Amino acid sequence: MSFAISPDPSAPSIVEVGQLVREFGSTRAVAGVSFSLAPGDCLALFGPNGAGKTTLLRVLAGLLKPTSGSARVSGVPLPGGPLARSRIGLISHHTMLYEALSPRENVAFSARLYGIRDARARVEDSLRRMSMLDRADAPIRSLSRGMQQRVSIARAMVHSPQLVLADEPYSGLDDSGARALTALLRELRSAGTAIIIVTHNLTEGLSLATHAAVMQRGKFVRYDSADRIDAGAYAATYREALAASG
Amino acid sequence: MPARTRPLIERRWPLVADILFSAWLIARKDLSIEFRTRSAFLSAVVFSLLGLVIFYYAWDPTAVTATDLAPGVLWIIFTFSGLLGLHRSFGVETADRAIDALLASPVSREAIFLGKAIANLIFVVAVQAIALPALALFYNLPLGDVAGPLIAIALLAAIGLVAVGTLFSAMAVNTRLAELLLPMLALPFFVPIVIAAAQATAKLLSGRPVVEVSAWVKLLLAFDIVFVAACTLAYPFTVED
Repeated sequence: MSFAISPDPSAPSIVEVGQLVREFGSTRAVAGVSFSLAPGDCLALFGPNGAGKTTLLRVLAGLLKPTSGSARVSGVPLPGGPLARSRIGLISHHTMLYEALSPRENVAFSARLYGIRDARARVEDSLRRMSMLDRADAPIRSLSRGMQQRVSIARAMVHSPQLVLADEPYSGLDDSGARALTALLRELRSAGTAIIIVTHNLTEGLSLATHAAVMQRGKFVRYDSADRIDAGAYAATYREALAASG
Repeated sequence: MPARTRPLIERRWPLVADILFSAWLIARKDLSIEFRTRSAFLSAVVFSLLGLVIFYYAWDPTAVTATDLAPGVLWIIFTFSGLLGLHRSFGVETADRAIDALLASPVSREAIFLGKAIANLIFVVAVQAIALPALALFYNLPLGDVAGPLIAIALLAAIGLVAVGTLFSAMAVNTRLAELLLPMLALPFFVPIVIAAAQATAKLLSGRPVVEVSAWVKLLLAFDIVFVAACTLAYPFTVED
């Protein structure tokens, strides 16, 4: 199934995915997904465990090679080397942090890897946005899971990515952290960043989304753009997908 | 986050300089982590000193001279203590999938490998800097005249060991038996380096002229060039699925 989900066909796409397939041995984790996202679009991706959502994000992040099909970020084919990767911010339910280092050191390390100008100011700004400045010098291992997730989000945003890939980003966040993340994602969207968010929380996901899809067995089984998203219908499709996955 | 008004990413250096700079960032990060925890370094130093003590008490000076025994002891200790640090090298990346952030960053795979290798080299050299004087002390070896060439040989051998060990550490880290697999994979490749280093050390300690070890030094140099180049080029394949 294929969806062209850019609201304006003339707008330059940040993400273009065409018949993307990713197999692990005989298992098709992603089975021919196609879509495109323009700047400011947010695709909320729902689906049961094992539906292929994380695999799709890992392919787009350049961590996995597609078996077939194509994927482009800002026109650069994936896996596209440093140029494509520099435009992507990755958030996961894994924090991807070094527990012996502090939040400031973790975010600064990332900023330097991305070759960011005025890195120090960007690091402080990212930490401030996630309300982590007061714990910026404590070792990661001494922070709660939610605080670690906040730092992980600050790390992923420090280079102002054009595309944010968020795999269950609300994992471990308390209400305050979740509100901060939602506000941040909204602001990124309005600044032209495209977002793909994988979540099991329909309300949270749909509140951010300009587009939504339910994924099952590697395929999109439902897709709608903002003006046609019906939360009730999504809940029903999601329940069906969960039931079908056992 | 403010909207971007100018390019945020600055890449003006030539590719090689860019790779080396990124590698140094990664090495510095690894060394910072090791400096904070000191777990692998202390383990390696304690292992080295314990090894020296055990060999010392098992040694019969009337049957084997110190200069005959010391090269073997030295390189056994360097090899196995180095493995402790090599195992940890990619272990710090797996704790909460930090390696994913590293691989998703614009840094080249070669820079990641070189960064890890540089950190491992500094680790191994630091262990050597403690073990070598301890060896001289235990076995009453006059290292004064041969200290320079011996340090050069230790450094050359360390480069080869670290190149091979870092590659196999990357390959073994995601397996369930990583601690067992790393030595099983790496030790056969260590053999030619250790033989060359031990032979060169033996000649130096027995008072032979430095020129006599030049063949072994050239061999070590050749191993280093081949292993560093081959392992750097091979590393990207270990992170491809």
